[in-house]
Amino acid sequence: MKISKIATADPASRLDNNAKLINEKGLLWRLTDRASETRGKMFIYSSALLMIVAVIAITLFLMIQGLRAFVVDHLNFWTFITGTQWYPDRTVNPSYGAFPFIFGSMAVTFLAALIATPIAIGTAIFMAELAKKWGTKVMQPVIEILVGIPSVVYGLIGLSIIVPFMRQHFGGSGFNLLAGAIVVGIMILPTVASIAADSIRAVPDSLRQASYAIGATKWQTIWRVVIPAAGSSLVTAIVLGMSRAFGEALAVQMVIGNVTKLPGSIFDPSATLTTIITLSMGHSTMGSVLNDALWSLGFLLLLISYVFIVIIRFLSRRRNA
Amino acid sequence: MKKKNLLAIGLAFVLSLTLILSGCGNGNGSAGSSSSKSDSSSSEALSGKITIGGSTALQPLAAQAAKEFMEKNPNVQIEVQGGGSGTGLSEAQAGNFDIGMSDVFAESKTNIDAKALKDYQVAVVGMTAAVNPKAGVKNLSKKDLQAVFTGKVKNWKEVGGKNQKITLVNRPDGSGTRATFDQFALDNKTPAEGITQDSTNTVKKIIAETPGAVGYMALSYFTANDKSVVKLSLDGVEATEKTVATGEFPVWAYEHMYTKSKPSKLVKAFIDFMMSDAVQGKDVPAQGYLSVKDMKVQRDATGKQTDK
Amino acid sequence: MSSKVTNRIALSVIILCAAVMAGILVSLLSYILFKGVTNISWQFLTTSASPFLAGGGIKDQLWNSFYVLIITMILTIPIGVSGGIYLAEYAKPGRLTSFIRTCVEVLASLPSIVVGMFGMLIFVNYFGFRFSVISGALALTVFNLPVIVRVTEDGFRALSLHQKEGGLALGLTHWHTIKTILLPAAFPSILTGIILSAGRVFGESAALLFTAGLSTPDLNFSNWNPISPNSPLNLFRSAETLSVHIWAVNTGGIMPDVSRIANGSAAVLVVCVLLFNLFARALGKMINQKFSGK
Repeated sequence: MKISKIATADPASRLDNNAKLINEKGLLWRLTDRASETRGKMFIYSSALLMIVAVIAITLFLMIQGLRAFVVDHLNFWTFITGTQWYPDRTVNPSYGAFPFIFGSMAVTFLAALIATPIAIGTAIFMAELAKKWGTKVMQPVIEILVGIPSVVYGLIGLSIIVPFMRQHFGGSGFNLLAGAIVVGIMILPTVASIAADSIRAVPDSLRQASYAIGATKWQTIWRVVIPAAGSSLVTAIVLGMSRAFGEALAVQMVIGNVTKLPGSIFDPSATLTTIITLSMGHSTMGSVLNDALWSLGFLLLLISYVFIVIIRFLSRRRNA
Repeated sequence: MKKKNLLAIGLAFVLSLTLILSGCGNGNGSAGSSSSKSDSSSSEALSGKITIGGSTALQPLAAQAAKEFMEKNPNVQIEVQGGGSGTGLSEAQAGNFDIGMSDVFAESKTNIDAKALKDYQVAVVGMTAAVNPKAGVKNLSKKDLQAVFTGKVKNWKEVGGKNQKITLVNRPDGSGTRATFDQFALDNKTPAEGITQDSTNTVKKIIAETPGAVGYMALSYFTANDKSVVKLSLDGVEATEKTVATGEFPVWAYEHMYTKSKPSKLVKAFIDFMMSDAVQGKDVPAQGYLSVKDMKVQRDATGKQTDK
Repeated sequence: MSSKVTNRIALSVIILCAAVMAGILVSLLSYILFKGVTNISWQFLTTSASPFLAGGGIKDQLWNSFYVLIITMILTIPIGVSGGIYLAEYAKPGRLTSFIRTCVEVLASLPSIVVGMFGMLIFVNYFGFRFSVISGALALTVFNLPVIVRVTEDGFRALSLHQKEGGLALGLTHWHTIKTILLPAAFPSILTGIILSAGRVFGESAALLFTAGLSTPDLNFSNWNPISPNSPLNLFRSAETLSVHIWAVNTGGIMPDVSRIANGSAAVLVVCVLLFNLFARALGKMINQKFSGK
């Protein structure tokens, strides 16, 4: 590029120009600056490009690997996602019905949201409305530290506190759906709370003042004015938390019991998409039907997280409009 | 001024990053070439690198043997990875592992070409059902055991125990322990769904803490003074190392190490070491396995048992 | 019920929620530390893990955690920061920008196990890096990139327009303005964000399960030649990190002292994350004071 430009320029005038620039003692500086501008821009643009490439590559490769079960091994897609019999090891008539895992993932996600939402929104209101000083001085660090605690640690604590508790009070082994939901619910608490607090803070003060001016109490203001105004961003916070709950693997696996059967109640052990993948991946040989089926579950996981992303985008678009 | 300082720090940081990155780049190239498996040209001193991977059950034994082997041959590097039996077999076939560890015969896995692999049976593991003491059973007929595990029987009193609900504890699909138990204890009947755990420790803990729970694990996890779980006899035969060795007790399996059909000299040397008395006589029993040498019976890939 | 009573009840419930949140943190931390700290000793931190005997330590796992973290950061920071700069400075509103934004969002909300599976497919199998430090770091890069991008973009957006206009008015090119004026000014907030994200990377486990592996070769800490197979610096050896170790000993460990190792490791992990957090906080505060004090 540069060479061709120089070549096409009139040589005489270029020399003249160069001399002038050198006289101004700025040539070198300018040249390097321009080169660095191009280089910097190139680097920045390629970084942006890389992110696109990463997303496309992840989707594409997981899709190729995930569709093998249907294309190469001829599993029926419909019976795969609706079947309730997961017997890959059976010597006669092995069956791959992944519905119990899909159901388990959904159940854990919704239960976790159910557990986390009230506490998280309450905390958010506390931070953003009631005690702003306390909110930033105490609760903000509390939330940040909670976000930082690794998920395996949550799982470990679930294993050593929640599971024995369940066993004592509800019988059975103590490993069950509810234990998984509680562990994940606590895990997503801080995420939901901090986003919810941000969205409550974003509600303009004029609304609150108007509400107080007509004699509303603090709670009436919060309930009738602030929460509706923050509305869809609060929902976004919850959905984000749910998407995190949905993808959590190891913490859930440690407490849910991993039973490949539809649970009859929340006190039954269960399994999720993520737990069956982590549990069986190492035992299956690459290219076997079980392995392919696990990759299909991984692809399914990816698709469902796309659904979450679409929901979040939809919510935020509605907010901006 | 302060901004300038910060900038300088930032620049220095970026600079060091690039340096390190380029260093890594160099590392890549040379690491690739140096890790080539040397078939050791000199006849005496062994050198080179072996990668072993697969069965997590066999991993500790392999790691221990590797450690001793490396002490004897300081120029040899052995890396022992986990990953599961399935991974061990596929990677051994693909050539990524020099030795693939497996709890099951390669023949039992589809899309593994068992003929292209060489099987070394390095140890024998016996296993039996473990029952929570509150179930009140110590011995079951094979038929009753199958009824328990297939879910036909829901309460221990139906098979002569106390009035206690049965809770099953399974192993993941494809795991070697499960495959062995299903094949030799359940005669290939499909077990009913139960809590699924990978680790024997966890299984033992669940069985010990849950009234009426039943699962299965290797014999080494039952110790004489440990009353937390009951070791179940089968058809009146107590599961001991002796009954396994004589073939009276049926639930046992080989631990395998698979190599390509023509292992390198170094790999062969390590396998020989695995089979030597140093390992078979000391590490194998220390980890609760039976030495293949003590076995009075043998089995082929289909599970047929013959006298040795 | 009068509105005043409702008000009081509702507000108490809200305060209770916040108290529950704080209570969870306090009880979590005290449980982990109380259970774990007694297991932490110099010996625990400096012996290698034992495959099946009691008394193993976490030296290698601890080192691996830091090493994988460092490599991840080396890969992530340049790409992430420039991606953030692109979004803050160069991106014009339009289809492409909104697509890139969506991509960042997708990357941010991918379940980490999906990232791990992708890493296994591409880095471990396709590129043939096997279970290794570099595979793990690359997978974590995918996982950490969106965070750094967001932190950088926010850092740039928080700057006042004057700074940028000043630079441009001096006749500097856009890139030069970014490099010499904006980046240094945004540096503190970016650095704080990076350190916080480091805590997240440090504790990640699911993405590493299928990429960095569940084992570590016998590391020789006197051998710093990155090519040698048992060197701690080797990028192509498998590397079980501390958080993976906690999971691994709990689900598959056969040593008799599983709970001692798990609790001790958890305590070390949490202490490290806390340190990252405190460090980021202190740094942010210090730099803030320096800037405003001037």
